[in-house]
Amino acid sequence: MGKTNTFQNFLRTLPANIFSGFVVSLVALPLGLGLAIASEAPPIAGILSAIVGGVVVAVLGGSQLTIAGPGNGLVIVLLSSITLLGKGDLYQGYLFTLAAIVISGVLIYLFGLFRFGALSEFFPASALQGMLAAIGIGILSKQIHVMLGVTTASGSPLELLLQVPDSVLYLIENSSIEVLIAAAMGVGSFLILILYSKIQNPIFQLVPAPMWVVLLAIGLSYYYEYIAVVPYPMGKNLLITLPENLLGSLPFPDFGKINSIEFIGIVLSLTLISCIESLLSIKAVDKLDPLKRRSNVNKDLRALGIATAISGFVGGLNVVTVIARSSVNVNNGGSNRSANLFHALFLLLFILLFQDQIQRIALPALAAILVYTGYRLAAPENLIVLFKIGKEQAIIFMATLGMTLAYGLIPGIAFGVITTFFTHIIINKSLFLFTRNWLKPNVLMFREEDSGNYFVSVKNFCNFLNFYKLKAMLDEIPETEHAIIDFSLCEFVDHTVMEGLNDYRRSFKNKNGVFEIIGLDVHFSNTQHPFAIRKVLPLPDFLSLNTNLTKRQQSLKKFAQRLKWSYRPELSSEAADIEQFEYFKTKQINYQYNLLADESKRFKLFDISYSEGAFIAKEGLKSSFLMIELDQNLPQFILDKEYLLVGLYEARGYKDINFKEAPDFSKRFFLTGKNRKEIQKWFTPEIIFFFESHSYFHVESNENILLIKGRNRLSSIEEIKKMLAFGKELTHLLNNR
Amino acid sequence: MQKISFNKILIGFAFSPNLKANVFEAIRLADFFGAHLYFLHVGSKSATKKQALNDLLEESPIKLKKVSFIWQEGKPVETIIDQCKKNGVDLLLLGALQRENMVKFYMGSIARKLTRKAPCSVLLMIKPSVIRKPSQHVVVNAFESPQTKTTINSAFYFAQALGIPKLTLVEEIDRSKVAALAYDDRSLRKVTLRKEKLKRRELSRVREILHHIPGILKENIQVHLQNIFGTRGYSIGHYARVVRADLLIMNAAENRKSFLERIFPKDLEHILSELPTDVLIIQSKDNG
Repeated sequence: MGKTNTFQNFLRTLPANIFSGFVVSLVALPLGLGLAIASEAPPIAGILSAIVGGVVVAVLGGSQLTIAGPGNGLVIVLLSSITLLGKGDLYQGYLFTLAAIVISGVLIYLFGLFRFGALSEFFPASALQGMLAAIGIGILSKQIHVMLGVTTASGSPLELLLQVPDSVLYLIENSSIEVLIAAAMGVGSFLILILYSKIQNPIFQLVPAPMWVVLLAIGLSYYYEYIAVVPYPMGKNLLITLPENLLGSLPFPDFGKINSIEFIGIVLSLTLISCIESLLSIKAVDKLDPLKRRSNVNKDLRALGIATAISGFVGGLNVVTVIARSSVNVNNGGSNRSANLFHALFLLLFILLFQDQIQRIALPALAAILVYTGYRLAAPENLIVLFKIGKEQAIIFMATLGMTLAYGLIPGIAFGVITTFFTHIIINKSLFLFTRNWLKPNVLMFREEDSGNYFVSVKNFCNFLNFYKLKAMLDEIPETEHAIIDFSLCEFVDHTVMEGLNDYRRSFKNKNGVFEIIGLDVHFSNTQHPFAIRKVLPLPDFLSLNTNLTKRQQSLKKFAQRLKWSYRPELSSEAADIEQFEYFKTKQINYQYNLLADESKRFKLFDISYSEGAFIAKEGLKSSFLMIELDQNLPQFILDKEYLLVGLYEARGYKDINFKEAPDFSKRFFLTGKNRKEIQKWFTPEIIFFFESHSYFHVESNENILLIKGRNRLSSIEEIKKMLAFGKELTHLLNNR
Repeated sequence: MQKISFNKILIGFAFSPNLKANVFEAIRLADFFGAHLYFLHVGSKSATKKQALNDLLEESPIKLKKVSFIWQEGKPVETIIDQCKKNGVDLLLLGALQRENMVKFYMGSIARKLTRKAPCSVLLMIKPSVIRKPSQHVVVNAFESPQTKTTINSAFYFAQALGIPKLTLVEEIDRSKVAALAYDDRSLRKVTLRKEKLKRRELSRVREILHHIPGILKENIQVHLQNIFGTRGYSIGHYARVVRADLLIMNAAENRKSFLERIFPKDLEHILSELPTDVLIIQSKDNG
């Protein structure tokens, strides 16, 4: 691609990036304010870090779609830092913390410079999840009181959680209008956030959920001022105050405590958590990139380090890559770093132009956003998923979670690592396997001279301790090639590795390469989950999990028997070539299960677990699909109900195709595809009538394969029958043309 | 390039359960090369020991013409080395005591000392057997080193004598020579190109060596070339296991010049600590 071409491409996508940056800033504003408040820093600090982060990382960063700003993970560290260093004086604590932020920025930069990006790979996946859950509980436990309008609660996360009934009692006992309106606003906001994804109204969905909360909070204050004309019944302590003159009142970091042990501990925690959060986010965003680019994590770390140092000097918080905002960016058509820049510029515009409005946002509304964020981090679903992968993963998760809540982040994650290692020793009944082989090279890669395939053989053991060695090799294989990973000489493979390999498998698939894992047949795992631990010898019985069929699965089985189809309930990470469909371009497939197939394998019915967004913005979805292989090639098209989706596909260069002679169809359906003429030719009146007269399904074609999607949840047996009838009729119609 | 031939073979033996297998392997090997076989026992000579050995030789279907027996007390490593020098031995055989991991490890450490000091080539047999199990596939190192030419030549000589049908020459491409890390799409392309270049260079170097091997040695042997990426010296053992080779032929350790090289073991040391297959270490005078 030439220089001019790149530039033209940049100009062409500029409007989409400006738009995406705008939507992201709508999310970033309330989150920035909220995260700063949750850290006991001045509210503006959160916005400052987003502005600095957006500008610096957009210019210097090494990834395309990420958004930088204040992160959830750091709230707990910042909060303890500000309270600890200030010894009661929060503002002084804030100034000391700024100094810690500046120094951690320098450290993060050095991490990037010395390519320590691999650091995050030493942490077992389940332990990291446990740590994130602890952070979530930390945020949630404090903010749930603020959400109810009570700002006096204090203590450790567990103590705070135990105080929740007290706060509720307080509400009931002191039911004045002032108290109740604050609580109502908090709870109402929380309900909006929970129900947001359930409300399918296109106009409602135009504004991101956190912005709705903010708009309603501001609206309420205006209502009291201009319509009810009574003083706003909201305590002064529940409203945001911004400095009068933004640029004149920049605080300066106080380096007075630089030699104290507390200070050094905080710097290290900030650095570690920033790096982990950023690296996890960058990798998660890479998976969402429709253009499948690979980010330069070390370059990004350097940029984040510089941004953090600058941010600390002007009074902002640590700058990290944030997944929630990044995935909003992806979903709204952002395609390069300029979206990050525009998000920062819009934020700057907001705080310059809407200072008064921002000060009308009541804390319970922001607290609700934080409670929701905390809940997403600590959601019990995460634990259930781990439990399905293996009981030992759930144990690691709980151990890390408990330890983090009790003793802080660094002891928590350290304990998680140790617990993981112990479970590995127990499962293998051998310490020797690890001590003897840890430092030895265990990965061999070569390109088979005859076939040109990359062959990677792993021996001894492969877990979180030495996964980086395997990754270093795998990173050198272009994703367009054929890679074979052989574990037959490897006695033990852990969950972190299995999950990591699945990411590789996905990125190879995206770029039309092949990523095969072989040699695991001799290994046993205790659950059916594709990410479960693998070991050569049978696992001890106490870890085994009961795998009975659910009621729905039993009905599916019966249904399959009646049709004389095959039925396989187990999970499989190989999702029948489904990733090539446009629908999955910005989604991640977790696994496929409940596969029903007819004898010729032309009809396949299956459930897919997939997700949109990533991390805490992740929407876990499960849907049923029908895939039909036809004798003829179809033009590539996408057919769906006409509503907001339109905007999303249009951002990716797809235009709605309408038919003059079928106005009803054109109005009700959104039809698009790459080759407009061919599609118009193919959609004969007969076919149009077929779609008009049947119920709505999302239908996509790719060469000779038709994909029919049910609802945004698993379909019931009845719905599956309808879907199958729909597919059969359509096939019949196509075959008799 | 130095012409290696195995005219005098010495086996150091102990009275272990593997004695019979070790002795039979040694006799077969000496027979293949028409070599003079020396039996060396480090320890006292006694009538029972002598009788036990004689019984074994009687039992063997192959009767060698040139056999000597040496009984000498002393430290094992030094005694073996002394006798090799004294008799002008070309090939030292060491049978593995393959019982436990720890023993294997111990064996590795003796082997390491021996190979470091031995004036001749060394063959380590990890699974000696009474009945002949012919080797099917030899893996030979083709690293860039002054000794490699001799090693490859000897490998062909060895394979020809034993009738091994398949020989793979392995070039290890040092990761440090790629001198770049793949961290994004652009650097990945760069790394891939560099690797291709290195690989072509290595291949032409090895082809050049192959070209100079006498045709008679190459007859009836299927030759493969393979590039591997990994930690030098270590990965070739791993490779030998992956392709299920039954013999690995390596250069002897290069002279250690710097202090750092002494601390960080490479090449052979890795192989000896794991012993993936039988290993033949070729000692040549081309040592740099």
